[in-house]
Parts: sequence; C-alpha cells; structure tokens
Amino acid sequence: MNIQEYFYLVFSDYTLRTITLGTAILGAVTGMLGSFAVLRKQSLLGDAISHAALPGIAISFLITGAKDSNTLLLGALVSGLIGTFWIRGIITKTHLKSDTALGLILSLFFGFGMLLLTFIQKQPNANQAGLDKYLFGQAATLIESDVWMMAIVTGLCLFVLLLFWKEFKILLFDKDYAKTLGFNTKTIDVLITSFIVLAIVLGLQTVGVVLMSAMLLAPAAAARQWTNSLAKMVFLAALFGACSGVFGTAISASQNNLSTGPVIVIVAAVFVFISFVFSPSRGLLFKQIRFIKNRRDLELHKTLAFMYGIAETHENISHPHEIKILNNFQGFTKGTLKKLVEKKYVIIKGTTWSLTNEGFKSASNLYNQLTQQDE
Amino acid sequence: MNNKIAVQVDDLTVAYNYKPVLWDIDLEIPEGVLMAIVGPNGAGKSTLIKSILGILNPIAGSVSIYGKSYKKQRSLVAYVPQKGSVDWDFPTTALDVVMMGTYGSLGWIKRPRQKEKKATLEALEKVGMLPFKNRQISQLSGGQQQRIFLARALVQDAAIYFMDEPFQGVDATTEIAIINILKELRKVGKTVVVVHHDLQTVPEYFDWVTFLNVKKIATGPVKDIFNDDNLTKTYGINYKVSIQE
Repeated sequence: MNIQEYFYLVFSDYTLRTITLGTAILGAVTGMLGSFAVLRKQSLLGDAISHAALPGIAISFLITGAKDSNTLLLGALVSGLIGTFWIRGIITKTHLKSDTALGLILSLFFGFGMLLLTFIQKQPNANQAGLDKYLFGQAATLIESDVWMMAIVTGLCLFVLLLFWKEFKILLFDKDYAKTLGFNTKTIDVLITSFIVLAIVLGLQTVGVVLMSAMLLAPAAAARQWTNSLAKMVFLAALFGACSGVFGTAISASQNNLSTGPVIVIVAAVFVFISFVFSPSRGLLFKQIRFIKNRRDLELHKTLAFMYGIAETHENISHPHEIKILNNFQGFTKGTLKKLVEKKYVIIKGTTWSLTNEGFKSASNLYNQLTQQDE
Repeated sequence: MNNKIAVQVDDLTVAYNYKPVLWDIDLEIPEGVLMAIVGPNGAGKSTLIKSILGILNPIAGSVSIYGKSYKKQRSLVAYVPQKGSVDWDFPTTALDVVMMGTYGSLGWIKRPRQKEKKATLEALEKVGMLPFKNRQISQLSGGQQQRIFLARALVQDAAIYFMDEPFQGVDATTEIAIINILKELRKVGKTVVVVHHDLQTVPEYFDWVTFLNVKKIATGPVKDIFNDDNLTKTYGINYKVSIQE
C-alpha cells in the first residue's frame, strides 16, 4: 500500500479510519496541553508522568487479569497521578530542584514498572503477552471505544480551556500576581496538571511510555516559533499534533507497517525542525539573512558617510575624487560602490567618483534615518 | 495626609527554612504617603511586601488593610512585582499584560469587555506606552517592561500600591516618568509603598520611609528619621549621606 492508497482507504477501511482518527485526536489534545507544559517550563513533567504510569498498568493487570485498555489505563492514571504529586511534594518539601525530583520519580517508577513487567512475563499465564506494547505503543490495537474515550477527554479539555482561558493565561505568565488578584492558583494548577496526566495516559496505548513526552513537547515547541499569541500557539500546537498523528499513521501503514508511535514522533520532530529553521520571525534562516542584510546596509551607509565627509570639504559637492582614497576606508568594497551607483547616490567617471545631490542629501541625515527606523 | 492607617502589620515573622527572614515586624503605614522600604540585600524587603499580599505565608503575625483582613480588602490593593520575576518571552502583547490588571475585578470565567479595554488603553496612555500596545513583550526594553507592569497595577484602580523595585534596571527617563506617576497617585490620596535601593534619591522621591533589616529599624517621615544614625543601624556600616532640607 502506498500513501495515496492509504488516503483513499482511510475513508472506507474501518480499522484504518479508527487508528487515524485516534492518533489525530491524540496529537491535537497533547499538542494543546503541551503548550502549557512548555510555557510553564515543565517540559520534563510529561516524561516523568508517562514513565510513572508504567507500574500502574502492571499492577492493574496483576489485580484484574484483564487486558482491555480501559482497565489498564485506569491503573496508569492512578500511578501517574501519584508520581505527579510525589514530584510536587519533593519540590515543595525539600531543597531538591525540580529536575532532580523529576529524574528521581521517572527512574524509580519506570524501574519498578519494568520489574513488574518481567515478573508478569515469568508467570505461567498465556494472557500476559502484549503488555509490553505500552512501552513503545501500538496504534494498531486502537478500537472504536478507545477513540471515543479520547474524543470525550479532548472535548472536555477544550471546554475547560475555553472556560478558564483567562485564568490559565495569568497563571502561566505571573503566578504571584494572579494570587494577589484573588485567584486560587492551586486550583488552576491542579486542573492543568490533571489534564496533562489524563492526556498522557490516553496516549500510552498509541505512542507508549518512552516516547509520550515528545507528543507533548514537539508540537508546542514548533508552534511557539510561528506566533506571539498564546491562543494561536495553542491552536497551532493542536494542528501540528493532529497532522503528526495523521501523517505518522499514513507513513507507518504504507511502509510495511513500521511501528506507528515512533513514526508519529519523527513526523512531529520534522515539524519542529522546519519551524526552527524557517519561521519568519524566530527561525534560524531568516535571522541569519536579516543579520547579513543589516551588516551590508550598515557598511553601505558607513561608506556613504565617509564620502560625505570628503565631499563636505569642497564647495561643489559633486567634485570628483579618486577612487583610491576610498581604499583607506575599512567598510569599503567594490560591491558597496556598485550598490551606491545603483542607488544613484554616486557617479563614477573613469577612476573618480562624485556624490550626486541625492546622495549628499541622503548622507546628511543618515543618522536620523537610522535611529528613526529603530524606534 | 490624615491620620487614617492604610496598612497595619502586627508581629509579622516569616522564615523560609530555619532562619527568620523577617522578625516580629510591627508597621503602620498612614494613608496617602509615598513610602520607601530600604535595607541591604536579604533584609526581607520583598518578603515583607509578599507577606502583606498573602503570596507568602507568615509563621506568625497579622496584616490588616483599613482595619480588615487583606482577603476582604483585596480590591483595594495593587501589586507591581519585580520585573525579573516573569518570563518576558511569553507569547503575549503589552496590551494583554496590562489587561490582566482587570482580571481581579472580573473574577472567575468572565472575559474582559469594552469597559475593561478602555481602562487598559487609558493606563497604557498614562505610562506613555500606547504606541507599543501591540508589541510582543520580549521586544520591549527593560524600562518599557517596567512601565507595562506599572500600567497593569494602575488599571486595578486601587487605594494602596505595593511595588517591588520599580526603578531597577531602568534609564533616567523612565525613572522620572515612573516617579511622576507615583507622586500623582499620592496627590489623589493613594498610598504607595516602594521597595527602593538608591538611598541618594530617598529624600527627593519619598515623604515616608521604613528601614528594614530582618527587624524593623525605624519608620516615619523622611525629614525626621532619614539620618546617619538609622542608616548605620540598618546597613551596619558608618553610612553618611547628605540630606537635602
């Protein structure tokens, strides 16, 4: 199956449609919530939460023996929340910094989860096969009820986001100030964090414990490059996330069933790369272009100013001078002279140059022009 | 100035870990003064403001605003935090930040409307930042960012203003612009409390001063208590400044 076939089949094939819809919704909700995680400088929180969810999956299997995803993810939710509150506890109650707390909980819970998984695998029970799919995710196992669950959580999340938009924004920007205005910052904080945990847990089946944080961060990091408005950033992050989901699924389905989770993450990384390089205001490419152009302009202006200094001493401003004297000036090159001629600031006759009236005028208030542009 | 007490602090003690940052502070701030809080680094100046505003929980002590607890009088108080306390690369505009000053009176869920927008634009005008209203906040200079924070507090239309080092890292033009706005606030009967670092400008800018170094050293009118004796007690070295009469 190639990609065209895939996009044809997506509308008719039930399984493909379910999986694509699932990954798209998942990408949208994680992108949306990821914006908040990134802006709060809690990028690693997602990683810690997803790893902390692993023992929950194992324990919930050990207790119920069931393999349906909702039961297992409920366990993941509980242990994810426990991990999150422990992290918060460590940060507020001890002198440890947040990166230490995150790393500690992440490795502790993940280690415990792996231990339980290997324990389960040694059990003489054929039912346990496939529990390790939560490590790297397996989108192919998504069924309609999973997608419904994702859609409901996404809808709820969108509703809460719109309702408390103003409160979320002020908490993200200036928590102390929000407190003085009378907002209960703890409530808003718990609300955001709970939704982040929920979104992560929903994604475990598709993308897996190890790669889940990329779903949270990559779309948000990409979106930040394109806009200076929080609303647009959240919207773009959701869009990038959804596109990563769809294209990732398309590529994985059309290329011999490559593992979907990693492909989705790589597509998201491509979004990040493109955004870092090509964004008009913050991208590396345009930044470099602007830098070089500014330098050229300044060199040009300095040369013109130097010429002006010489022309000023003569009664006739268009009095011709030897080009040679310009060689003493550092910023001068043949290129700059050519540009000045193109702009009709300078006329060249043989080996001499002379300023035109226009050039003289422009040079005389060069400094004013430059500083005005700056304002 | 009259004899009404705007802010009263009783027996306030604050500690972060074991060492007290503020020890048994009693403080009365009369209505209508422009007061500086001065003291060395680590003296607890910011902590004092944050404790009055309920951002930090004191170990002991109480604060009242016009005789009632701060929680009941929240709408009478505005706060200008230190400029460095937020991330200026946050994706938002100058207008949006100033608009946050209206969130308190709006309460939960309600969005700013025409009335709030108008108040926001007026505050931007007052601090001379109207032409920059749509700028991304990271593209503002340090002085402009400070003015934005001041405008955000002005929108609150409070009776008491607490400001944490509003002159830090701003140029002379902005400093004069800010102090003129503060003096105007005092003229219309507002109370303004400023954490301040530059001792030379205290007599020129302020009419009331509090010396703080973990304990309260002194508080009162600048012309009565701003002297070498109190400065030495606060800063621990023999500090001499010339006081303009």
